[in-house]
Amino acid sequence: MDGEVVPLSRIVPDPVPVPVPDLAGRDHLRFLTCGSVDDGKSTLIGRLLFDTGQIADDQLAALERDSRRFGTAGDSLDFALLLDGLEAEREQGITIDVAHRYFSTARRNFIVADTPGHEQYTRNMATGASGCDAAVILVDASRGVTAQTERHSRIVSLFGIRHVILAVNKIDRVDYDPSVFETIASAYAAFAAGLSFRSVTAVPISARLGDNVVRHSCRLSWFEGPTLIEALESLPVEDNRLSRPFRFLVQYVNRPDHSFRGYAGTVASGRVRAGDQIVVSPSGKTATVSRIVTWEGDRTSAEAGDAVTLVLKEEVDVARGDVLALPHARPTSADRFSASLLWMDDRAFTPDRAYRIRIGGRTSPVKVALAEVEAGHAAGLNLNEIATAELTMPGPVAFDPFTDDPAMGGFILIDRETGAVAAAGVARAALGQARHIYPTAEAVSRRDRSRLNGHEGGAIWLTGLPGSGKSTIATALERKLHGRGIRTVLLDGDNLRHGLNRDLGFSPEDRAENVRRAGEVARLFAEGGLISLCAFVSPIETARRAVRDRLPANGFLEIFVDAPLDACRARDPKGLYARADAGVIADLTGVGSSYEPPSDPDLVLDTLALTPEAAADRIIALLEDRRWIPAP
Amino acid sequence: MTLAAPLIRPTPTPSAPLAPMGRLSPHLRRLEAEAIEIFREVAATARNPVMLYSIGKDSGVLLHLAAKAFYPAPPPFPLLHVDTTWKFRDMIRHRDTVAETYGVRLMVHINRDGVERGVSPVASGSSLHTQVMKTDALKQALDLHGFDVAFGGARRDEEKSRAKERIFSVRGPGHTWDPRRQKPELWKLWNSALQPGESLRVFPLSNWTELDVWEYTRIEAIPVVPLYFSALRPVVERDGALIVRDDERLPLQAGEVPQLRRVRFRSLGCYPLSAAVESDAADIDSVIAELRSSRSSERQGRLIDADETASMERKKREGYF
Repeated sequence: MDGEVVPLSRIVPDPVPVPVPDLAGRDHLRFLTCGSVDDGKSTLIGRLLFDTGQIADDQLAALERDSRRFGTAGDSLDFALLLDGLEAEREQGITIDVAHRYFSTARRNFIVADTPGHEQYTRNMATGASGCDAAVILVDASRGVTAQTERHSRIVSLFGIRHVILAVNKIDRVDYDPSVFETIASAYAAFAAGLSFRSVTAVPISARLGDNVVRHSCRLSWFEGPTLIEALESLPVEDNRLSRPFRFLVQYVNRPDHSFRGYAGTVASGRVRAGDQIVVSPSGKTATVSRIVTWEGDRTSAEAGDAVTLVLKEEVDVARGDVLALPHARPTSADRFSASLLWMDDRAFTPDRAYRIRIGGRTSPVKVALAEVEAGHAAGLNLNEIATAELTMPGPVAFDPFTDDPAMGGFILIDRETGAVAAAGVARAALGQARHIYPTAEAVSRRDRSRLNGHEGGAIWLTGLPGSGKSTIATALERKLHGRGIRTVLLDGDNLRHGLNRDLGFSPEDRAENVRRAGEVARLFAEGGLISLCAFVSPIETARRAVRDRLPANGFLEIFVDAPLDACRARDPKGLYARADAGVIADLTGVGSSYEPPSDPDLVLDTLALTPEAAADRIIALLEDRRWIPAP
Repeated sequence: MTLAAPLIRPTPTPSAPLAPMGRLSPHLRRLEAEAIEIFREVAATARNPVMLYSIGKDSGVLLHLAAKAFYPAPPPFPLLHVDTTWKFRDMIRHRDTVAETYGVRLMVHINRDGVERGVSPVASGSSLHTQVMKTDALKQALDLHGFDVAFGGARRDEEKSRAKERIFSVRGPGHTWDPRRQKPELWKLWNSALQPGESLRVFPLSNWTELDVWEYTRIEAIPVVPLYFSALRPVVERDGALIVRDDERLPLQAGEVPQLRRVRFRSLGCYPLSAAVESDAADIDSVIAELRSSRSSERQGRLIDADETASMERKKREGYF
């Protein structure tokens, strides 16, 4: 809402009555309005409701009263007040939560969600976006595309909305200048090329004055495209649910007495007939549909959108959350999948917090591992940020990729402690395959390898500030171990960054990924029976712990190469500190970003007191002590 | 800065012709399936659900949908009617018949404390009466039976603050609604997780409009209270509102003589607080025809809404349905 107003004295009856068209075949479009705060979203919907004749006389009278009290001018109508129904919204002149409104034109019924523009209330915008067919993204002609316009566009794209109307509003404020419209339209088109929209239609409008909303305007005679309402009327409503494979989400087991046991739920897609053989996912059991029960009587078939009750001929175990499908077209069943998340909780994502996932009708505990957070944000996942992640459940769940079937691939994460909706997400693909390869790799066991090599495999992880001596110690250690017939490999930050990790920079996310990959490489070598000597600054304790968790028990030694910052700075073997002080390197650990010393290392090496050779001997003693290598 | 053009008052979009009896349009089928899904979701997750039954047309549709959702079983929850003792006599008759027709258990709750204190719309005014006999009474009943989820027939098109409410709406301790802290509600992934002291209000008709309710009622032949249809009734006019004098409890003011006028109701509440409208619509087809050409909103006759701006939101925050 932005307090735009129209003088009351100017309301006149419509001289042109609407012609009566054929209305029986009218279809139905759900859309939302979104964009930055003050771009005029609520005003636009108020205008749409008014211009399509949906505002009753007493509502108009109330609007007149409210406009006097809350609007910006005493004697004028403020259409946004038709939408902003909460007291706080009216007082502050902003939209806080989503409002749903209904209107129709001769060609279509519309459900519109008016969503807030403030970044603080982005989760309410996302609520409005879920389940919509289209989005009207507003841009203020005098301000152009903003960060919030882009954020909303990314959410709209993430939630599978494929058709977007870019409404360049307040075109009257720029004197109906076509070049302003063209500049904004092409800037947005360039940005939207990176998203998954099928169509973007740009229209210039003035919601306040009604230009090109429902009626064409002579002040926009240069614009040859549709009015906003014409654009909304002609968007394709893509409902491919009927052509998709049959999916039935079991919601409720209806068991009034011993004589009846039915599975109540909604057909998410496709069609089922009485007599069809079905498979229960994820259990994989098969059964036959004997009856399709409704209040109106038994039916011979049910299709996408129907809420029915299925009775099965065989006694199989079916529970809430199961998915019924046809045997030749089953959903994916996996206990791990990749997904994109929009974080919605004020409390940032915390890896060791307990979350539950609600996908389809199933609710299950879930472990979330972040893969990548959208560019431009610090490590972690905070309110309103988008990330890709890997989700692991204790057992398999049935799903389809969200892009195939939103009812089967959309999910929410619930914070177990507070009950809050922590995130909304879309499932991408199963990650179960890796699990099936793993046992094959185990054909030769760890014990077989250590017998052949004469020593255990594992990772020795040297962590410490830049210049603390990690690489020097690792080099000395490798020479000594080689002399004793131990198979080793040396991994350090620099040599990995020249090859495997050359795509990574020094942002917090990239540093975390650098450590994760190094840990994975060390794990592979350890499985192959080698001892890898890993020299990485690796400043974050949780990142180091994550590497330890990926290696077998007694397969990881954390060694803290301890040197005071002053000593490291004085040594500065690679000139890093000098460059950091000169401002060439940002965020050097110890200078611009912090280092978390290990809280419980296997060994601490005081490099002020020990030579590199002596430090290496300490490590060898530890290896003998832990029985990785035999005593000489 | 351009001057505002004259604001043209548009004609409402015409509606489609009435559907044949017994045949739901795709639009109504979609709304019906959504409501059924909501009912089943609660039945599967709630500990002790209840359905608020207010006897009006929305409650009638709600009950009908509940019967469909669980067929061949009866709905696995009772109905609760909060009786303010000021309902029209026709409404009470209708309530008892309908409960029997659908085979559901009906519970009636009256705030005895309010009755003893003599609270009434006549003596106490609409605001206090609604607070004590509706809001407080409802909270008493919910607490007394320990219901964790209560269905209601509210629709988003009724009123601006209702348009903002979720389908699964969390109420805090004391049944209060905090509109600024609503949980996100995405796709059909309802979150029914509750913290101690919280309860849920669930609105299966959220996405229905008044016209949807009437068209569904007509096609499904759902019984409704005769007060929705026009008839000659004894009426007094107060501040422009037509009040039907249902019994002797409504005192006449000096010089007031009830007149027989052809009126009906668009919305039913306590009788001194519900204004009638003049109408010739004596059956459901003419009610629908009248609605389609109407220029006033449904809650126009609900005097409690006009108490103050945003009064519905305030009542809801205090625990009103």
